[in-house]
Amino acid sequence: MTMSSKSPDGATEQGSPKVSRREALAGVAGALTGAVLSGADTTALAAQLPRQASTTPAASPIAVPSDPTRVPGMASEALAARSPFETPALAPTGVMTGGVFSPLQSLSGTITPADLHFQRHHNGIPLIDPHRYQLIVHGLVDRPTVFSLADLRRFPPVTRTCFVECSGNGRAAFKSPRAEMTPQQIDGMSSNSEWTGVPLRALLEAVGVRRGATWFLAEGGDAALFSRSAPLEKGMDDALVAYAQNGEPLRPANGYPARLLMPGYEGSACIKWLRRIELLDGPIMTRDETSKYTDPLANGTARQFSLVMDAKSIITSPAYPEKLSTPGWWPVTGLAWSGRGMIEAVDVSADGGATWTRAHLQEPVLPKAYTRFVHMWKWDGAPALLMSRATDETGYVQPTRAGLVRARGQGTDYHFNYIRGWRVESGGQVLFAADA
Amino acid sequence: MRHTAWLGAAALGVAMAATACTGRDESVARAATTPPSESLGLGRRASVHEIAAVDLDVNPAGVGLPAGQGTAMTGTNVYMARCARCHGMKGEGVPPSPPLVGRVPADSFPFGADGRVVRTVGNYWPYATTLYDYIRRAMPIDAPASLEPNEVYGVVAFILAENGIIRRDELMNATTLPAVRMPARDRFVVDDRRGGPAVR
Repeated sequence: MTMSSKSPDGATEQGSPKVSRREALAGVAGALTGAVLSGADTTALAAQLPRQASTTPAASPIAVPSDPTRVPGMASEALAARSPFETPALAPTGVMTGGVFSPLQSLSGTITPADLHFQRHHNGIPLIDPHRYQLIVHGLVDRPTVFSLADLRRFPPVTRTCFVECSGNGRAAFKSPRAEMTPQQIDGMSSNSEWTGVPLRALLEAVGVRRGATWFLAEGGDAALFSRSAPLEKGMDDALVAYAQNGEPLRPANGYPARLLMPGYEGSACIKWLRRIELLDGPIMTRDETSKYTDPLANGTARQFSLVMDAKSIITSPAYPEKLSTPGWWPVTGLAWSGRGMIEAVDVSADGGATWTRAHLQEPVLPKAYTRFVHMWKWDGAPALLMSRATDETGYVQPTRAGLVRARGQGTDYHFNYIRGWRVESGGQVLFAADA
Repeated sequence: MRHTAWLGAAALGVAMAATACTGRDESVARAATTPPSESLGLGRRASVHEIAAVDLDVNPAGVGLPAGQGTAMTGTNVYMARCARCHGMKGEGVPPSPPLVGRVPADSFPFGADGRVVRTVGNYWPYATTLYDYIRRAMPIDAPASLEPNEVYGVVAFILAENGIIRRDELMNATTLPAVRMPARDRFVVDDRRGGPAVR
């Protein structure tokens, strides 16, 4: 069940998300001076908003007061909704087995809102009662133990930021690239959050790991009992059993009520709905660490337990479907990350990699987390080919597509971390440089 | 008013900075070191029964395989009733479900060189035990974990036989299944990526 076969190529075109007339009108209830803008007016208004707004044109008229300073505004609600002018969305919907892509082009900074975090499911999203939730830790331990969610929350909590990326991220862009691909469609199987939970190390110390334990199995409580083996070393290092994301309890799609996070490891190792940890003297060799999530190489072998995500970056703006309105200064911005630590540098090229300029890295630069880069670029109106190239603290430099294929073979099927390019046409239209 | 409060906060900041410089503030107790995790007394002992109910994994040595047995012949009916709708009558796969059956000439392992070759149990899976582990926990997808041990052994045997790895009358059980040698058994290598300048 490869991602590509189960969810054909993932993200659909960014549609024209509709804000219902009723919703929009409810938003300005009482504003009798409100005017219903035509579609054209809405577009004009959207153009004044941050640039990503122009990538999600509102199809329906949105009612706004002609002068919001002259009428009382809206009353508060239990949950603060997004502006009707902002409609970032995961895609595709309805996925039971496959990938759900995060709209990278709609996001700023480094934190992915929890409801826009990418998802990968293997048989749907389980609904778990937190009062009945149990995490069993057993195997080569002194005291096999059942932890409730309340137990997990009584351990000293730790909060850290890290990315999670599916190791199949970028597969569609590699295998069937098209000029009309958005950052979401190219690399949307990646996200970055602030996670809170208990270090797995604390749980392992509580149960007493026996001599001889070198690996552990982590198993999810979904209808696939999705499971992966991992080296105990990682479990004792920075693995986290997380129950909160970006300040709130995990969303069901992201592993509620508790999930494993293995910072820097591929997403499939970060078991959602974590129900069991078994200490072992070797890997179980589950389906998803043998037939899937292994890297075939040109020499007739396949790399196994290739868990760490190498350094990668992608420009999220300008990017398709954006169109630069005029020559002049434009911020070239995007995300860079490495599973091996901190991003050391990101270089940006406007000439397809012939020359590079070091981009500015926004603070904070955190290990195994998204780093936002910015490079002010003066576009002269001529065709250009924008690229970003990340270097991490180990000295690893994001390779070209050709470099990666040379190292692994044309059939490489995971860890597509090569340089992405965006072609800027003379008219300002930005297209994915599928051939770069 | 707002201005005054801001000045107050600034003054407090200066005071705190001064404290930080001297490193002395006798009025605040130093936090005790974090108590050892094992002393927190959290969680309760898992019973043997509780563990057995969820400990379903099977490793390549066969640890975890239950009693029971099956052959491709006994498994055919179960396969046809529970698996064939998605995976095809002969394991050829019905998109989007993947094929289960297929070998490559001379059991070469061409996947890295040619991304078009479809991976199957017969040409890619290194361990037969993984079939039992996976089918028991996750299949059939519309009723996971609903097959009895004899049914799982039978379906595993059917898939192995369709791939030409065992005979149709060969009995699969906790002893014989781990002994099945898969064509791709020796194709897997440890991850040699280590960071640094090398692209691997």
